[in-house]
Amino acid sequence: MGGAPLADVTASDGSLRRFLHGLPGVDAVGLEARAASLGTRSIKTTAKAYAIDLAISMIDLTTLEGADTPGKVRSLAAKALHPDPTDRTVPTTAALCVYPDMVETAVASLAGSDVKVASVATAFPAGRTALAVKLADVRDAVAAGADEIDMVIDRGAFLAGHYLKVYEEIVAVKAECGAARLKVIFETGELSTYDNIRRASWLGMVAGADFIKTSTGKVAVNATPANTLLMLEAVRDFRAQTGVRVGVKPAGGIRTSKDAIKFLVLVNETVGEDWLDSHWFRFGASSLLNDLLMQRQKLSTGRYSGPDYVTVD
Amino acid sequence: MSESERLSVFKTYKLYVGGKFPRSESGRVYEVTDQKDRWLANAPQASRKDARDAVSAARKAFGGWSGATAYNRGQVLYRVAEMLEGRRGQFTAEVAASEGISKSRAAAVVDATVDRWVWYAGWTDKIGQVTGGANPVAGPFFNLSTPEPTGVVTVLAPQDSSFLGLVSVVAPVIATGNTAVVVASERSPLPALSLGEVLATSDLPGGVVNVLSGRTAELAAPLASHQDVNGIDLYGADETLAKELEIAAADNLKRVVRPHPVDFSADPGTGRLTAFLETKTVWHPTGGLGASGSGY
Repeated sequence: MGGAPLADVTASDGSLRRFLHGLPGVDAVGLEARAASLGTRSIKTTAKAYAIDLAISMIDLTTLEGADTPGKVRSLAAKALHPDPTDRTVPTTAALCVYPDMVETAVASLAGSDVKVASVATAFPAGRTALAVKLADVRDAVAAGADEIDMVIDRGAFLAGHYLKVYEEIVAVKAECGAARLKVIFETGELSTYDNIRRASWLGMVAGADFIKTSTGKVAVNATPANTLLMLEAVRDFRAQTGVRVGVKPAGGIRTSKDAIKFLVLVNETVGEDWLDSHWFRFGASSLLNDLLMQRQKLSTGRYSGPDYVTVD
Repeated sequence: MSESERLSVFKTYKLYVGGKFPRSESGRVYEVTDQKDRWLANAPQASRKDARDAVSAARKAFGGWSGATAYNRGQVLYRVAEMLEGRRGQFTAEVAASEGISKSRAAAVVDATVDRWVWYAGWTDKIGQVTGGANPVAGPFFNLSTPEPTGVVTVLAPQDSSFLGLVSVVAPVIATGNTAVVVASERSPLPALSLGEVLATSDLPGGVVNVLSGRTAELAAPLASHQDVNGIDLYGADETLAKELEIAAADNLKRVVRPHPVDFSADPGTGRLTAFLETKTVWHPTGGLGASGSGY
């Protein structure tokens, strides 16, 4: 993985640092202005209907609470399969995202469907344990039948400049994943600068991530149009350089259909239509689905819907 | 600079939604004139999306407002009356211009309006006793009925009585714990928009009252069919429109108050307070009657 141009990059801590710090700096003002300007596109009628269904099909329906019960996971699985029980034309969500101990319940509830089971692992959300514990966490989730693993990077090591440590951890986790696809969470809200987000994106992709993901949803700043745009640009450039495609998953803080559609515009304008597919782009969200369903009901009936007509999760 | 040379500062009237003062999402305004067609101000011409936002804001505010104690609601509404009192001059001018009446008549209308608000403020912690109570039942049970607010209520404000009429239909809705989306008088929206400024500076939580100005028919249609609106007062609709709205409102069984002529200067009674209330009845065993024949 990585291809000839990048094989030497990870030879040592020094070469990795030189490579990551050699990436061009991010024009923060320009980045935010571009993200904002793409957010002003007006998506109406049939395009909106298409976008809503596409967004639903890209959702990783997520429950990551200390209070999760098998019952809650089962009911969320039912929602992933039939987001709107009154309308069977609604697509299923892409995946159900749970903690490792709930994977078994999720797999059983989704058996026979195309909905994937994603599991967070590596001591999510802080990631503050020994590597052996993280790897055991991943092994557990994969053994229980998870199709996708969402790992968190060691932000402490990243911010301290120990890039090779972060790299090796991702490589080790990737090895444990087997056939499961690996999503690497950077927790962009803790990385402080756009330059760091760009470096983390490249680091993750060089290490073999199948997806790069903004955040855990557990900190103050989660997915924003700007940091997602930056990651999409990294994915585009990585493909140009190596020919390898990597998916993107903004997570946390995306609650309205309007926001979701803005992200889809970013995808289309940055990496192109190829990525407008649940295999390459996901939303990590829970409350977003209800808003998409209410918008969908509005489009199909002409009447504004309300929270009484969607499930309380 | 002498008084005559000073450029006057025109007021930008804005909507009042969720405790904030947005312009219409559509960017539209329309000209508000007095009874002699002289220009008074530009008012925002709200769209159905503004109506949708207002309903979301009202829904968000409903939990807190309906859950507040009746006594607390009364205090808040009384505070609104205090704020109204301090702006009597402004409202007198707006009512006089909008309704084409003299300054002294307008002042009397404003006084009556403030009094009306105080009157409804007093009702918040009394309506429960009047409409609820203990019901006699054939069994060892306490059977208690209490009124509860219906939810989000759309109010089409009177077209003619732009201030006294407005307060007479809005205050009873929120006094009982509902939250309101108010469509102001189409021709004379200025007192309603200024009322929003009063509400924002009293202790009323944002979203409890939302004020929209614009074409009544345009705004009323999406509100009447909105699945998250629980009641609608059709006072400001004409006969044809009211019929259409009532049909749309039937879809999710909204409570509907049909338009009927009201003399706003008379004692209002409790009719508008009880129009948007639901009765909750609770049965509770009194316990064994025991040898004495009474358990309590």
